[in-house]
Amino acid sequence: MRVFSRANALHLGLIALLALLFFLLPAYHTGNLARIMVLAVFAMGYNLLFGYTGLLSLGHALFFSAGMYGLGLTMHLGGASPAPAFLAGLIVALIVSGIVGFLALRTTGVAFMIVTLMFAQAGYLTVLYFGSYTRGDEGFVIQQARRSLLGIDLSDDTNRYFAALILFAAALLITGAIVRSGFGRTLVAIRENEQRATMLGYDVHRLKLIAVILSGVLSGASGAAYALLFGYAGATFATVQYSIFPLLWVLLGGAGTTIGPLIGAIFMFYLIDYASGLTNAYLLLVGVVLVALTLFAPQGIVGTIRARWIRWLP
Amino acid sequence: MSLLFTRNLTKAYAGVTANEDINFDLPKGQTRALIGPNGAGKSTFVGMVSGRIPATAGTITFGGEDISALPAHQRIAKGIAYTFQITSVFGGLSVAENVALAARRSLGAAAPAKVAEVLDQVGLTDRADQTARDLSYGHQRILEIGMGLAQNPRLFILDEPTQGLAEAEIDAFKALIRGLDPETTILLIEHNMSVVMDLAEAITVLDQGRILAEGTSEDVRANRAVQAAYLGTEHA
Repeated sequence: MRVFSRANALHLGLIALLALLFFLLPAYHTGNLARIMVLAVFAMGYNLLFGYTGLLSLGHALFFSAGMYGLGLTMHLGGASPAPAFLAGLIVALIVSGIVGFLALRTTGVAFMIVTLMFAQAGYLTVLYFGSYTRGDEGFVIQQARRSLLGIDLSDDTNRYFAALILFAAALLITGAIVRSGFGRTLVAIRENEQRATMLGYDVHRLKLIAVILSGVLSGASGAAYALLFGYAGATFATVQYSIFPLLWVLLGGAGTTIGPLIGAIFMFYLIDYASGLTNAYLLLVGVVLVALTLFAPQGIVGTIRARWIRWLP
Repeated sequence: MSLLFTRNLTKAYAGVTANEDINFDLPKGQTRALIGPNGAGKSTFVGMVSGRIPATAGTITFGGEDISALPAHQRIAKGIAYTFQITSVFGGLSVAENVALAARRSLGAAAPAKVAEVLDQVGLTDRADQTARDLSYGHQRILEIGMGLAQNPRLFILDEPTQGLAEAEIDAFKALIRGLDPETTILLIEHNMSVVMDLAEAITVLDQGRILAEGTSEDVRANRAVQAAYLGTEHA
């Protein structure tokens, strides 16, 4: 039980720290951090499937954009207010991940990667195909006046930061609870030895489907929140780049750790931010750092800390 | 009535019949050894019973219910535990977590007590927090058996459990099996004749995918066909 309470203390402490940082950091960084926290939810969703269940998807942009357009289109075209629109985003992500999971889980390994990649590509092309509604690559803006939840203006910096924090906190506590539950530990068993898990009587296929759906809904929540808080939805977010990003965040931060996704997202964001201030060839610099980290800390930042120093990290 | 029986169970791989028309009956509470030369079809047979290998033809009845069409995990859930011939534990997880995963599916909240009991039973309590892949080979085999016990199985299938174990470990294994609830039905694939003779109440001999002989150890020893195929040769 001690490990559980330490894990809870870590999560609550991290949430408190993020709340405190708003008052300590300059506006530039709190703006970044709001964005990072929303994207970290995407990474946490990805981590649930990749880090804990051992399924490498290359199609998570589909779930992120399902949430983004689920919210965006119901507000933009349907005229809905943020709360039902957010729910619509979650439902669209739930349906899409259910269908993709049902079909893609007939495959494993490389085939699973390719099938998820293809689904995401189909999703991207769908956004472009219905360009008269989605406005394709150009995207659409959700008017500031519309982005108000319970009378709180979400385009305001302070409100936005704390809305992002609430979403992040909810996602962190939920994933923290999932991975410590019997269900979550069975997902780890599937990652470690799928055949053995089956021969212990676990319905591996069903559990993997649930993992895909949970992962998809978390990713969709991130996409919906991104559109709501930053007031924009565009096809860029459905491109393969946004399937690779969560993979990189999770790998850098530490796959199969609860706080790794946030750490990875922060690291990557500021790496790009800093490198692009130094040189135009910033992607080269970013690439070198990523390669070095992969070589010297293959378990990611938090994963390495856990392996070397703090064994109880959740 | 038999806890497990198969009728005309057959497995054909492209051109090769690994099991042909196996009619096998295992009464409740019995410890049965399944022996035979390499390639006789022993692992194929238990693979079909546990659901890992789809049968080409025939039926499998367990606890009075036809389980032929069920996927492996549902058969396990009905009370069949299976230990792998090639050690298959969750290498990255702790010993206790390995056992807990086995216990939790069927026992839920009662699992922690069962884990403690099983670890004590197999003598791994001191190593509960070790990572499974850091255990010695012998201890991994024992852990594998512990994972079977943690499921409280009605039928416990052990595929060559003593393979690669030292003498002392084999003695410990024998003691462990003898100490189990006599109600537990055991199907044991085994090459080590001392283990077979010590533990098995009855023996089934497979050869070239068919049942060659069946009966008590005396019957089987006395069977000329068995002597020719198996015991009388290099395994005597």
